[in-house]
Amino acid sequence: MNKIKCECGHVNPHGTVLCEACGKVLVEEEKKKKLLDMRYEGTARRSQTYNRSLVDKIWNFFSSVKVGVWLIVVTLIASALGTIFPQEMNLSISVSAEEYYQDRYGIFGQIYYLLGFHDLYRSWWYILLVASIGVSLVICSLDRAVPLYKALKKQRVTRHNSFLERQRFFTRAAMENANQDIELVTARLKKKHYKILEENGNVMAEKGRFSRWGPYVNHIGLILFLFGIMLRFVPGFYVNEQMWLKEGETKVIPGTDKQYYLANHAFVLELYDEEDGEVYKNAIEEKGGIVKNYQSSVTLYKAVGESLPGEKPELQEVKNYDIRVNQPLKMDHYAVYQSSYRLNEISAMTFALTNKETGEQFGNITIDLANPKGNYDLGNGYSVQVLSYFPDFEILDGEPHTKTPNPNNPAFAFKMITPDKPEGETSFAAIQQTIEPLGENTYKMAFQSVETVNYSGLTVRKDLTLGIISVGGIIFLLGVAQGSFWQHRRIWINQSKGQVAIAAHTNKNWFTLMKEIQAVLAGTNLPIPFDQQLDKEEAKQQGVNTVG
Amino acid sequence: MVELSSNFLFASFILYLVAILFFGGAIKQKKGMEGDHQNANINRWGKIGIFLTIVGFISQLGYFVTRWIASGHAPVSNLFEFITFFSIMFVAGYIIIFFLYRSIVLGLFTLPIVLIIIAYGSMFSKDITPLIPALQSHWLFIHVMTVAAGEGILAISFVAGLIYLIKNIDQTKKSKKTTWLEVVMFGIISLFGFIVISAIFSLANYTASFDWINKDGVQENYEYHLPALVGPNEWTLVTENRMEPLIELPSAINALKTNTVIWSFLTGGLLYILIRLLTKKRIGQLFKPLVKKMNSDLLDEISYRSVLIGFPVFTLGGLVFAMIWAQIAWTRFWAWDPKEVWALVTWLFYAAFLHLRLSRGWHHEKSAWLGVIGFVIIMFNLVFVNLIIAGLHSYA
Ligand code: HEM
Repeated sequence: MNKIKCECGHVNPHGTVLCEACGKVLVEEEKKKKLLDMRYEGTARRSQTYNRSLVDKIWNFFSSVKVGVWLIVVTLIASALGTIFPQEMNLSISVSAEEYYQDRYGIFGQIYYLLGFHDLYRSWWYILLVASIGVSLVICSLDRAVPLYKALKKQRVTRHNSFLERQRFFTRAAMENANQDIELVTARLKKKHYKILEENGNVMAEKGRFSRWGPYVNHIGLILFLFGIMLRFVPGFYVNEQMWLKEGETKVIPGTDKQYYLANHAFVLELYDEEDGEVYKNAIEEKGGIVKNYQSSVTLYKAVGESLPGEKPELQEVKNYDIRVNQPLKMDHYAVYQSSYRLNEISAMTFALTNKETGEQFGNITIDLANPKGNYDLGNGYSVQVLSYFPDFEILDGEPHTKTPNPNNPAFAFKMITPDKPEGETSFAAIQQTIEPLGENTYKMAFQSVETVNYSGLTVRKDLTLGIISVGGIIFLLGVAQGSFWQHRRIWINQSKGQVAIAAHTNKNWFTLMKEIQAVLAGTNLPIPFDQQLDKEEAKQQGVNTVG
Repeated sequence: MVELSSNFLFASFILYLVAILFFGGAIKQKKGMEGDHQNANINRWGKIGIFLTIVGFISQLGYFVTRWIASGHAPVSNLFEFITFFSIMFVAGYIIIFFLYRSIVLGLFTLPIVLIIIAYGSMFSKDITPLIPALQSHWLFIHVMTVAAGEGILAISFVAGLIYLIKNIDQTKKSKKTTWLEVVMFGIISLFGFIVISAIFSLANYTASFDWINKDGVQENYEYHLPALVGPNEWTLVTENRMEPLIELPSAINALKTNTVIWSFLTGGLLYILIRLLTKKRIGQLFKPLVKKMNSDLLDEISYRSVLIGFPVFTLGGLVFAMIWAQIAWTRFWAWDPKEVWALVTWLFYAAFLHLRLSRGWHHEKSAWLGVIGFVIIMFNLVFVNLIIAGLHSYA
């Protein structure tokens, strides 16, 4: 490519606006402007230089801040729309999503569903938006970081006039013997933590250059973060399982490759009461029961050795723990969280085989609802068979039926075999209720009692992406702080032919820079720079100097 | 202890009120331009004003510490406590910016808004609530306090932007800009309207009890403290001699809170019309004389600077700490809960703001509008998402 040679002798790469060495304006168009665009120090950026091939076009598209802002704004608006109605993933519903949104939210719900907003954050276009931000972050950072790095490394103290006079803060005045004043100002600048470079009586003072890297650091953090989130889709990086464990039960922990087992000894739910202090009295009265704690007391086991499928392995106790909200049980990369509970669920029911007339009983059967067995032998020729089991019994169109798989209203069909009725009689028994479908029976199954048990709802989670996500987050924060809390300020004081020129540049917070310059120049004969961006009218109103 | 705590809060309210008077006096006295490069001295009135502001701030900290001791946990666990803490951080934001830029006019506008926010917060139940299990974590106060701090600093950007707009929008004729500025003013007045109308009906001890059917078909009860303009799904009025709702809302919308919002806007609207009729001026026009001595460049820089300081703090509290806590309490660091999404929206908005500032065309007036919009988003998250859309975070 054609290189550009400046009058100072330096050879610049194609696309350079300001000479890398002396700062002379190289591009005719730029010379007509009163002020320079200093953002990337006039270096050659790929996106500003090439626009031919498809790669160039894509590169230029994604490196544009305008495009970046649009991507951010569209993502923002889309995200907000997703909160109008609840997201499908945060609901636990038994009907189809379509029905649900239509029933609850009418026509708006229907539209919401049709547009896919009910599952917005997992939709392909939302993911595509976020991915585009990621691509844009990579490209825009590469496009700028490299040239910026080169430019900031190659700074010169002596600058071309065309560079100085196009700075926003600038002044020039004839002055003899400026050296003494310059020395004083230099000393003051040093006190304000400026780094000073001197060359033939010219001075450049600079501070906060590292803050220029802030945006690139934070973008790297963001890229890492997004990368970490993508890793979740790699098998083995992410486990999310749910388990219900009732009191007294030991089960394998899902998602752990049968390595871990958990026993639930007791589930406890506590509410706040008077003993928790006078200060809570009003709130408790107003809201009713406020939950204080719920926890599962568990023992964690590890399986040792190999075991055949279906066979229970040998278990080795690892630890006892109380799992509470905010205090998950941790092992390896897994964490087991207390996430929900079901209280007082019926676990077993007891019935007595009873002669209806005499009331005589021939023994009890206790049915474990988790495992309703087929046949109960009561001896002496009496036995009971469970024909069918309905956990949540209701009658639908004259037929027995179960509403849900949960034992909310259990019912059974029994066959009772007795010495006088060897064929058996069929009886249908629920809590407080007996139905005899095939005519009058001699015997019945009389309901005796229920046993209840508490279920603890646990979430099992493994997330190996957390490490990289955290690192990304930390880098992002450091980068933002670096770019926001510090500014890159430069002041040039150049002398030539009996004239002193002072120019200054900052990447942000010009007002503060001006105050600082005024403070260091106070009491010297050096001229105070003007803000060339203000027009005369504004300046007069604000009591500030301007050119001319 | 609870009483002492309330007294501290009340004292700071009065202190801020008096500080406003001194700030008002200060700008009357001041010669030249605030933010003038040559003359940046603050007169005696201004010094007293800022002194009172700092004392008020310390008194609010007193409220915070004593309430913490009384309740046994950081007082940021219900809506009253959170809004009050936000007001503390709002003042903190002003004090930080004051020491960077010495602006009195900024204080003159910040403190009245802070007063409205304090009063707004105290309209909610002040009971000390015990913590439910999910909230029993140190992350509660680490997260909430950092978010509030970030939002408080970002809010300064709104105040500076608002002053910028009041100063620079041409009020001699009606335009789109003057209309939007009036909309913002109306919003602030409506917040005030909420306070006025709630105070009136609570003095009159108004209550009306409604039974209604919720979305799961179960009967619930609502206690209205304002006359019901809108009623809940399938309502029946339990209290006798109370106004019947004009409109019935579907069960997906919280009728009680919607009713309150409607009343606030009605009262705000009434107040707004009264002011317009009495002064024969737009509200923006009314405030214009107060800001004419303010340097526009300075305002622009304050607005930008507070975003630069507030954005990292907000990111830390609203996203990073929030994610850490969610991972511990809710098993995953992000659940797309409405409140979370709105924190993301806020964050994306300020990220867009920072990028737009990279091009020169988005300084000054456009930037001032963005500062205002950012605050609208924050308030939306604080007021509406809490009240209307319920999720994991719903306090009330
Ligand atoms: C959510 C996504 C993003 C966040 C949170 C973010 C954050 C930031 C922050 C905090 C700054 C520093 C601003 C300042 O100090 O004034 C910055 C600068 C910048 N960002 Fe981003 N950014 C994001 C996406 C993007 C995208 C997609 C682009 C692509 C065009 C982009 C391009 C830039 C550029 C060019 C700078 C200025 C660099 C400089 O001054 O040298 N950003 N970004």
